[in-house]
Amino acid sequence: MLEIKNLHAKIADTETEIIRGLNLTVKAGEVAAIMGPNGSGKSTLSYILSGREDYEVTDGDILYNGESILELDPAERAAKGIFLAFQYPVEIPGVATMQFLKVAMNEQRKARGEDELTTPDFMRRVKDAAGKLQIDPAMLKRPLNVGFSGGEKKRAEILQMALLEPKLCVLDETDSGLDIDALKIVADGVNALRSPDRATIVITHYQRLLDYIVPDTVHVLYKGQVIKSGDKTLAHELEANGYADVIGAAA
Amino acid sequence: MNVHAPITLTVAEQALLNAFDAAAGELPGDAAVISARDRLLHAVRVEGLPTRRVEAWHYTDLRALLRSVPAADPAASAKVVAPLVEGAHVLSILDGKASTKGAPKGVSVASYGAALTAGTSAADLAERGADDAIGRLNGAFVKDGLAITVGSDADLSSPIEIQVAQSRGQSHVRLPVTVEEGVTATLIERHISTDDAPSLVTAVTDLTVGKGADVTYVIVQQQGETDSHLGQIRFTIGQEAKLTLFVINAGGKLVRQEIHGVVTGEGSNLTLRAVNLMGGETHTDVTFTMGHDVPNTTSTEIIRNVLFDRARGVFQGQIRVAPDAQKTDAKMACNTLLLSDDADLSAKPELEIFADDVQCGHGATVADIDPTQFYYLQARGIPAPKARALLIKAFVAEIVEELDDEPLVEALESVIEAWLDKHSI
Ligand SMILES: Nc1ncnc2c1ncn2[C@@H]1O[C@H](COP(=O)(O)OP(=O)(O)O)[C@@H](O)[C@H]1O
Ligand SMILES: [Mg+2]
Repeated sequence: MLEIKNLHAKIADTETEIIRGLNLTVKAGEVAAIMGPNGSGKSTLSYILSGREDYEVTDGDILYNGESILELDPAERAAKGIFLAFQYPVEIPGVATMQFLKVAMNEQRKARGEDELTTPDFMRRVKDAAGKLQIDPAMLKRPLNVGFSGGEKKRAEILQMALLEPKLCVLDETDSGLDIDALKIVADGVNALRSPDRATIVITHYQRLLDYIVPDTVHVLYKGQVIKSGDKTLAHELEANGYADVIGAAA
Repeated sequence: MNVHAPITLTVAEQALLNAFDAAAGELPGDAAVISARDRLLHAVRVEGLPTRRVEAWHYTDLRALLRSVPAADPAASAKVVAPLVEGAHVLSILDGKASTKGAPKGVSVASYGAALTAGTSAADLAERGADDAIGRLNGAFVKDGLAITVGSDADLSSPIEIQVAQSRGQSHVRLPVTVEEGVTATLIERHISTDDAPSLVTAVTDLTVGKGADVTYVIVQQQGETDSHLGQIRFTIGQEAKLTLFVINAGGKLVRQEIHGVVTGEGSNLTLRAVNLMGGETHTDVTFTMGHDVPNTTSTEIIRNVLFDRARGVFQGQIRVAPDAQKTDAKMACNTLLLSDDADLSAKPELEIFADDVQCGHGATVADIDPTQFYYLQARGIPAPKARALLIKAFVAEIVEELDDEPLVEALESVIEAWLDKHSI
């Protein structure tokens, strides 16, 4: 489903290369964990997948279902099913969460040539999904992410993911700032979306989340490259021994 | 009499003098009114319209900006349109001619033209000062208007919309509005254009908010692309009373809306919110002066400007706190979304504080769309133009939504959306 080949990327308008020859393949149905110390380029990779303009790909390619997505803007990528749950969800005063959800869902439907949702259909979907994530309906009337607690923001991201039904889900540090109960709710939300035609990339630097969202593959990202890949036991090794061994072996 | 070197009249000034000569016989008024008009016009004749050398007009050089003044046009044909808020009571002034019909129970409405004829209103025609060009022009030319009194027995389940509709030519209207003690009322003063021909409208509103009253007064200016609009509202707020004044400018080629208020009663509160939507080659000025003259009063002012194209915007805001007006709490903010390199906004906030135990502040910001917010919306599948439009609307919707009146919020948001639909890029 996703093939990243020898990807090099820098911060636009500078010479600072952050992704330095990264290779990664994620198959449909797979849950891949990306781990790595702070500053290794995990968030940058997620932004590049979503098409953020602040980064420039200088070499290599990203294939999604066999096609390069490098020329697509963020909205086109989203409509094709790529979803990024942000490490730091963005506050948007003046845009009610409900209104935002409706516009996002309908714009994606339009881009795919589908009919817009009727209001009752939209309301029902939101109510169901919010209920599963134990989101208070009052929160959805508030401006998007404004005044939400850390945990509410993360839940709101997963709510969006559930409603938009993407094919490739990228979760950037969705566990940070969550207490254990919230973590379980969020993990249940993610697991509910697991399906043979959907791939998930879970970015985290703690093993904790992976106890609830059990990955098929684990990849260690360091200085903009995948330096080691393995199965879920790799996550336990990293938890026990830290990154030093892996980094030392790769150097 | 001051001695002035004779000025060379501009095309617009000459057109104003011609219009006065043409209308002189029809302008209503007793001897006192007639002499007030002559005096006001004389000032225009010898001083001309204000230029940037007049401090209050520094950013809006009226003499240079008012290029022409359309003569009164017999083909004027304005008609009433549907009110902004469904079910509102519509009082209309069509091409300058007021109708006293349509008032709800408990609201008295009288013709201002009749008051001029009867000679009961000469005092209103006085200027606020030598720099009061709007008061001067309006006083010289005013022909009609509506004197509205909202009494304590008024049935105000729906707002009152004062619809000032202009098709072409020029009109000069007055709106003395009094809301009596303890009354809660919403009034909408709406200026619309019903055809594409240029027009000049001057409007002076005198609003008196009685003791303990709670008034929402909304000025919605939706004139046409070739129109000039010179508006002025003067208000006083009585003891323990509350005024929410909401101004939306969403039209006009040359616009100045002045807001001059005095809080005269202790414990009173002003909430001023203004949304100025500007595009094309237009000039829009909101000038606000506020006097906190008694102790224990509060005011907050938030101005939100959106500029596209080559638009020029001006906000001047002056808050004065009198020496014995202790415990005044006043906060003013002017925030601008500048969406074009060719657009420009001048903001001049001023505090003049003569009391020591007060809390007053002001701030001004100018920014473009926030790139992170823009990216976030796109990452959810919202295409760039739509994401941009959402963020622009959000910037102004934030203050509209503060109004605790859902039909009114929806009506104002639809005015904003309609304007943005025409101007989005
Ligand atoms: N827009 C940016 N401007 C400057 N430095 C950046 C920018 N984006 C990322 N970086 C730098 O790139 C490196 C990788 O950052 P990031 O992708 O956030 O790492 P991680 O998510 O793995 O902690 C860090 O050193 C970070 O400071
Ligand atoms: Mg990160």
